[in-house]
Amino acid sequence: MATYLEFIQQNEERDGVRFSWNVWPSSRLEATRMVVPLACLLTPLKERPDLPPVQYEPVLCSRPTCKAILNPLCQVDYRAKLWACNFCFQRNQFPPAYAGISEVNQPAELMPQFSTIEYVIQRGAPSPLIFLYVVDTCLEDDDLQALKESLQMSLSLLPPDALVGLITFGRMVQVHELSCEGISKSYVFRGTKDLTAKQIQDMLGLTKPAMPVQPMRPAQPQERPSVSSRFLQPIHKIDMNLTDLLGELQRDPWPVPQGKRPLRSTGVALSIAVGLLEGTFPNTGARIMLFTGGPPTQGPGMVVGDELKVPIRSWHDIEKDNARFMKKATKHYEMLANRTAANGHCIDIYACALDQTGLLEMKCCPNLTGGYMVMGDSFNTSLFKQTFQRIFSKDFNGNFRMAFGATLEVKTSRELKVAGAIGPCVSLNVKGPCVSENELGVGGTSQWKICGLDPTTTLGIYFEVVNQHNAPIPQGGRGAIQFVTHYQHSSTQRRIRVTTVARNWADVQSQLKHIEAAFDQEAAAVLMARLGVFRAETEEGPDVLRWLDRQLIRLCQKFGQYNKEDPMSFRLSDSFSLYPQFMFHLRRSPFLQVFNNSPDESSYYRHHFARQDLTQSLIMIQPILYSYSFHGPPEPVLLDSSSILADRILLMDTFFQIVIYLGETIAQWRKAGYQDMPEYENFKHLLQAPLDDAQEILQARFPMPRYIHTEHGGSQARFLLSKVNPSQTHNNLYAWGQETGAPILTDDVSLQVFMDHLKKLAVSKIMCSC
Amino acid sequence: MNVNQSAPPVPPFGQPQPVYPGYHQSSYGGQPGSTAAPTPYGAYNGPVPGYQQTPPPGVSRAPASSGAPPASTAQGPCGQTAYGQFGQGDVQNGPSSGVQMQRLPGSQPFASAPLAPVVSQPAVLQPYGPPPTSAQVTAQLAGMQISGAVAPAPPASGLGYGSPTSLASASGSFPNSGLYGSYPQGQAPPLGQGHPGAQPPQRSVPPQASSFTPPASGGPRMPSMTGPLLPGQSFGGPPVSQPNHVSSPPPQALPPGTQMTGPPGPPPPMHSSQQPGYQLQQNGSFGPARGPQSNYGSPYPGAATFGSQPGPPQPLPPKRLDPDAIPSPQLNELPPQQKTRHRIDPDAIPSPIQVIEDDRNNRGSEPFVTGVRGQVPPLVTTNFLVKDQGNASPRYIRCTSYNIPCTSDMAKQAQVPLAAVIKPLARLPPEEASPYVVDHGESGPLRCNRCKAYMCPFMQFVEGGRRFQCCFCSCINDVPPQYFQHLDHTGKRVDAYDRPELSLGSYEFLATVDYCKNNKFPIPPAFIFMIDVSYNAVRSGLVRLLCEELKSLLDFLPREGGAEESAIRVGFVTYNKVLHFYNVKSSLAQPQMMVVSDVGDMFVPLLDGFLVNVSESRAVITSLLDQIPEMFADTRETETVFAPVVQAGMEALKAAECAGKLFLFHTSLPIAEAPGKLKNRDDRKLINTDKEKTLFQPQSGAYQTLAKECVAQGCCVDLFLFPNQYVDVATLSVVPQLTGGSVYKYACFQVENDQERFLSDLRRDVQKVVGFDAVMRVRTSTGIRAVDFFGAFYMSNTTDVELAGLDGDKTVTVEFKHDDRLNEENGALLQCALLYTSCAGQRRLRIHNLALNCCTQLADLYRNCETDTLINYMAKFAYRGVLSSPVKTVRDTLITQCAQILACYRKNCASPSSAGQLILPECMKLLPVYLNCVLKSEVLQPGAEVTTDDRAYVRQLVTSMDVAETNVFFYPRLLPLTKSPIENTTEPPAVRASEERLSNGDIYLLENGLNLFLWVGASVQQGVVQSLFGVSSFSQITSGLSVLPVLDNLLSKKVRGLIDSLRAQRSRYMKLIVVKQEDKLEMLFKHFLVEDKSLSGGASYVDFLCHMHKEIRQLLS
Repeated sequence: MATYLEFIQQNEERDGVRFSWNVWPSSRLEATRMVVPLACLLTPLKERPDLPPVQYEPVLCSRPTCKAILNPLCQVDYRAKLWACNFCFQRNQFPPAYAGISEVNQPAELMPQFSTIEYVIQRGAPSPLIFLYVVDTCLEDDDLQALKESLQMSLSLLPPDALVGLITFGRMVQVHELSCEGISKSYVFRGTKDLTAKQIQDMLGLTKPAMPVQPMRPAQPQERPSVSSRFLQPIHKIDMNLTDLLGELQRDPWPVPQGKRPLRSTGVALSIAVGLLEGTFPNTGARIMLFTGGPPTQGPGMVVGDELKVPIRSWHDIEKDNARFMKKATKHYEMLANRTAANGHCIDIYACALDQTGLLEMKCCPNLTGGYMVMGDSFNTSLFKQTFQRIFSKDFNGNFRMAFGATLEVKTSRELKVAGAIGPCVSLNVKGPCVSENELGVGGTSQWKICGLDPTTTLGIYFEVVNQHNAPIPQGGRGAIQFVTHYQHSSTQRRIRVTTVARNWADVQSQLKHIEAAFDQEAAAVLMARLGVFRAETEEGPDVLRWLDRQLIRLCQKFGQYNKEDPMSFRLSDSFSLYPQFMFHLRRSPFLQVFNNSPDESSYYRHHFARQDLTQSLIMIQPILYSYSFHGPPEPVLLDSSSILADRILLMDTFFQIVIYLGETIAQWRKAGYQDMPEYENFKHLLQAPLDDAQEILQARFPMPRYIHTEHGGSQARFLLSKVNPSQTHNNLYAWGQETGAPILTDDVSLQVFMDHLKKLAVSKIMCSC
Repeated sequence: MNVNQSAPPVPPFGQPQPVYPGYHQSSYGGQPGSTAAPTPYGAYNGPVPGYQQTPPPGVSRAPASSGAPPASTAQGPCGQTAYGQFGQGDVQNGPSSGVQMQRLPGSQPFASAPLAPVVSQPAVLQPYGPPPTSAQVTAQLAGMQISGAVAPAPPASGLGYGSPTSLASASGSFPNSGLYGSYPQGQAPPLGQGHPGAQPPQRSVPPQASSFTPPASGGPRMPSMTGPLLPGQSFGGPPVSQPNHVSSPPPQALPPGTQMTGPPGPPPPMHSSQQPGYQLQQNGSFGPARGPQSNYGSPYPGAATFGSQPGPPQPLPPKRLDPDAIPSPQLNELPPQQKTRHRIDPDAIPSPIQVIEDDRNNRGSEPFVTGVRGQVPPLVTTNFLVKDQGNASPRYIRCTSYNIPCTSDMAKQAQVPLAAVIKPLARLPPEEASPYVVDHGESGPLRCNRCKAYMCPFMQFVEGGRRFQCCFCSCINDVPPQYFQHLDHTGKRVDAYDRPELSLGSYEFLATVDYCKNNKFPIPPAFIFMIDVSYNAVRSGLVRLLCEELKSLLDFLPREGGAEESAIRVGFVTYNKVLHFYNVKSSLAQPQMMVVSDVGDMFVPLLDGFLVNVSESRAVITSLLDQIPEMFADTRETETVFAPVVQAGMEALKAAECAGKLFLFHTSLPIAEAPGKLKNRDDRKLINTDKEKTLFQPQSGAYQTLAKECVAQGCCVDLFLFPNQYVDVATLSVVPQLTGGSVYKYACFQVENDQERFLSDLRRDVQKVVGFDAVMRVRTSTGIRAVDFFGAFYMSNTTDVELAGLDGDKTVTVEFKHDDRLNEENGALLQCALLYTSCAGQRRLRIHNLALNCCTQLADLYRNCETDTLINYMAKFAYRGVLSSPVKTVRDTLITQCAQILACYRKNCASPSSAGQLILPECMKLLPVYLNCVLKSEVLQPGAEVTTDDRAYVRQLVTSMDVAETNVFFYPRLLPLTKSPIENTTEPPAVRASEERLSNGDIYLLENGLNLFLWVGASVQQGVVQSLFGVSSFSQITSGLSVLPVLDNLLSKKVRGLIDSLRAQRSRYMKLIVVKQEDKLEMLFKHFLVEDKSLSGGASYVDFLCHMHKEIRQLLS
């Protein structure tokens, strides 16, 4: 199926789209029997250095309910200067500007290679980028110092006209006014009291036009001179001021008694940040960046009380319904997230603490608004520092790799409807002819809002084939989907990126082989995983696992080749062969397993899983393991306990962690110091090789993974041991009679056992209905 | 009175004016008039004679005296001076004479004696011979009278009155109505007119009628004066009481006389004729007056004077008059005429000035030694030293009586309130040592196990010193071993004199941790300056001024003992409708401002860096104070909040876990949306209705609640108000009031005019030593109990006075009631214990002990009373009463109580005498005049120009005044500046606060503790004007001037020196106002001449005395 692989790869490169099925079953009934839904992973802003944006606006279908954008799939009558919409078949006049159009003089959007095209909208004043720092001051001194330095550093990375604002919080919340000379001024709010946006704006004096308590400000003719400028100022104006202000930031001055947590008003601080932007810059791209060093301990959104003797909730507590504050806090943050999303702003959370910081409750803030979530142990670690720095990385054009306030609209041809999307988005609740009644993920709409996105942000979009079985699609018919993404580019331009894709319809009865061959098992695994994780947010863990199992079994039943009741006869074709293995690892992954993870960690992992592209997602599901030895060049090896050998160095990439593991012998050699002896330079090289490779991964990834260097018997080796397939455990060690590899102390089933069971179930008649 | 000339416009003034003309006239035609008068009156005289007999001098005085007698003795001089004055400005003799007269009195005790009777018991006796000598006040009175006597004037007045009243009664109706109405107007014209010309005619006409009318005039005035009095007076009033009066009048004659006296002497003859003229003027229509005068004339030459002056006021006096009267009965029969005629001589009635002067002379020279139980201390107006020998100094505690009835029946009978005015942290003169601090170590101060009284000199050690018996509850307690000491042969501990708590009336204990909040030693207190930066505050220049001042003022925070720098930390807040806190931590390069706009739910945004040590954060603070005026220079915010500001300060102290004081500088009614928001509810229509009390009540309970929280935190609030309009002082002052703070009010603040006053007050307020987070408890011997408390504090139960802050000016008045019998042998003991935190954060107990006598005879009670203290109590009682009762009720209650007190005395203690005699106990002879002042005060009887805020302001001020302050507040000091030789550096003797005492050729200073006026007579010598004001003539003096130019001459230095020393005596800076005679500001000034009838309806002294007498008589009958 090399051709399909190429095709898939090509499409991904060009359009940032990967479908689970690349040939579509032509009827609803058949489609449902395919088990894996027709869906795609869409990376709306996939970096396309080769795609210069066009400097005009798109041509829209004139039918009010359609408004599809002119694309290469449209039929064009060059003579009549007409084009037919390929979604609704409306015939449209070209606008006057297209008068010169002909077969040889086509606009870019009609050329097939421009199935993805980006328009720059010239209308409207460009709105500046806004960065609102929300900084926790209940930190240890060195943490605070490190954070201050990071923040000061970030100022230098911002474009000079970007607006910045600063809110600090501890027991109180302070909104700093950045425009004053002399005295630095801030508005202070009680950390225990939730305020409505209106109240916040009243108290900040934002409701009235300039009521300056500040020194002489002769009415400046500039646009919005007064109101917003007090708290959000162009960086070039207040650079020094803000740097000093950050420099003078004190730790929260309120005493923290023995045995108490500092009072941290994260909930109110966020609420004020949201309210501030809501009042001043609605629908303008803005990032609220929350830096917090611990859990919210008071006010709305508190996650844990200030008594240290009461630990923060664990999964165990949650299962026992013993997490007092969780529901209320979650509600608070959800409310904030929804408001933020409605205003087109996004919230990042940078949480650095050894204990949990309440990400579980706060997760919706980044999840719904497309913000980042970063979790670290301290602000004084390179993990945070570099991750934070990477946010401000620039693309080949020198623009930030971030975009704001995007709306994604999906249009489908008649045989298809949109069932939903899973990713860092919220529904815009736009009903339309192409909206399915069944929901998968966030559904019931054909438009979503993604308040913050970057070139890797990827959504899973699920479709439903609605063509009835008795209305066959003519041979060679193609279904089309158009993705329209409006967004604010980091250069402050408004842009529209349009991707139009089409796939062949196939009749399942007659062309199952084609369909099978066009199955993209990687995409399918990720899309199913997203569905599973999405469910896991609301359902009990075991239920989700059971659902996943059933889906897998049904898929095997549908596409496996076997004799009834004969597990040994079971075979899967190449295009499906890896899928069960993905599912096996997915079942063991932290996305679905909460054992050994704190609720915060689970939230963190899930957050990233829901927004990364296919490659990264796959790494998350099934970490990659490389082996380094004297026997040859580094090679990928099975993620299996049998790969853990004494004379190997292993490099595992789980996306969140990079683990370098020295085998027993290697570790002994290193301890003996061979690497320092000139005659063992090759050993030194061997030790160095994985480090270099790890470095390469670290350089590229966001967020920066936790870097772990360990060895046989090291405590940190658990990161590796918990991931590998436990093919050798203390239970079967002797049964296998092998001496290689390392036994894993676990009762988890191994891949082998899993596959055996799967085969048995797949070939059995008993079928559970799902 | 001298003033009269220009006065016309103002009614009150009008009266005085008449006097003038009267004089002149009198001088001219006076004699004739007088002559004429006599005859008509003849009849009167008849009765009068009776008087005269007794006080023949009086008679002689009246008429003759005016002419001759006076001349002979005192008058001689008087006359001269008087003349001199006349000559110059036409100024009346009145003032000058008045002064002289007073002096004279001294010389001529006897003459006075007769008069004296009126007043004091002794008087009764004295009238004739003895009185003068009698120790009792009467003597003074006598003196007064004498002066009066000396001055022929008085008689004149008497006459005038007599006649007027009589007339009034007779013809009354017409003159009255007409006259009154016309008063002001009428008067004016007359004055203006050539006296002779116009007057004569009038006289002619009125004479007879006038004779009647005058009375009428008298009558009418009366009414105007005091509501109650009028009726009585006009009708029977005069008649009834008059009888007595009548009798008295003759001697007095004075009333007018007093004023006139001076002049009368000389002019008398003239007057008589002229007088008529006067009277005309006075009445406005005074024709009648003259009539009487003329009549008078005959009887008393002085009559003329009467007419001129007081025509009106006098009428009343007659009734009460002391004239103890023999004549009274007859008079009664005689009716109106006679009665009326007999005017009370103002100089014959008890004079506060005289009393004060005498006390000064008698008691000022020797130290007051407190060793003896139940000793009445010198008056507050006397300078004396105190030697503590076991009882608290009167500077700390003064009682209404130093001899307490043994039983509650007696107490009820006497109606004399038993109260102590306590000023626990009073400042002492440098010669007196402040209380010793006693440290009883870890076990804390030694106390009675049962009643918890602290060890004091009255505790009895028994069983060889192993035990002591509590002097309050008689419980026997063990003496702890470490405190044991042997007793000497008298049963006294051998170490009694080594231990302050065994030998002194006042001392302090160091408190142990048990006496501290939360069982933690306190942290030194903090001061928080909270500055209104709204538009008004910025525009008036207040903010800039204040910030500038604070920079230096912060170096003078109170410190304890020899401490090098104050332990007090400071913090700053500015606000309009939001609050700005400042972080002034020393490590900052620049202050940081933190705005809290959530005024609905106030909190303190920062802890570290808000309250700082001044010297450490000096640079940052200076920078802040420099920047505040700049930052808000362009503010347009006019709305302010108030309650949240207080709350913020309180929360800040709470967060810092210390006590402290907030200095609030506030400009306007807090109308911004916030807790404690107020609306403008100023409604003058409520005055004199049942709802008037609402003007004194706070608008909402929110402030009380807030105040309670403040008290709990030991947060004292001082409020500086700078209103341009109504700010609802009644509500805003609730918090300062309940937290032991002070309120200062600077209406229409302008930096140029008010800066000195404000800064001076501020400096004093910031620098004064304060105790924080205090609790005061007053323990008493079994038998009496503290039942009521007045002052600036909060009480959560019935015994503990909680004071968030207490400074050396704050006073608590405590009332006691019997709950059992006391016995004479043991007396009654008071122990006031004040637990407080000092400026340095030390927890201490200050103990004051005072032993009083107990009596079974009411006479003992009356002999040991202190009127000043009584007035202090009564004023506070009344001022609290207005919160819950209509003002009229409150006034009536006061009058009734006073009448009962005096009636009880009369009934039980005075020697038998005619019912017509008004007999006052020596110690209380000033009670009527002082009480009248209280009744006339702004709170109880507001004039048209007094704002609701002013009333509320005064009301709360008085609540924590001490005795000295209430004394001068209600009876202002009026000091003639140009009477005594310039070289004389001592403070000139005061004169009575009456217009009659003013001479238009002189300059006077008047002060009442809050206000300071420099009154310039219209005829003051140019030289004096030049040397004082640096301008060449009277007309060039700027009216309302508040600063005297610094000129290098004796007079200027002396006057400025005097002003400075007056200011130094008072706890608040008194802004000087220069008032020119006949200027419109004079209205304001005259308000403080409390012996006169006031514009707002307050009775004159004489009128009130009459009324009082009537009341007493009613009670007695």
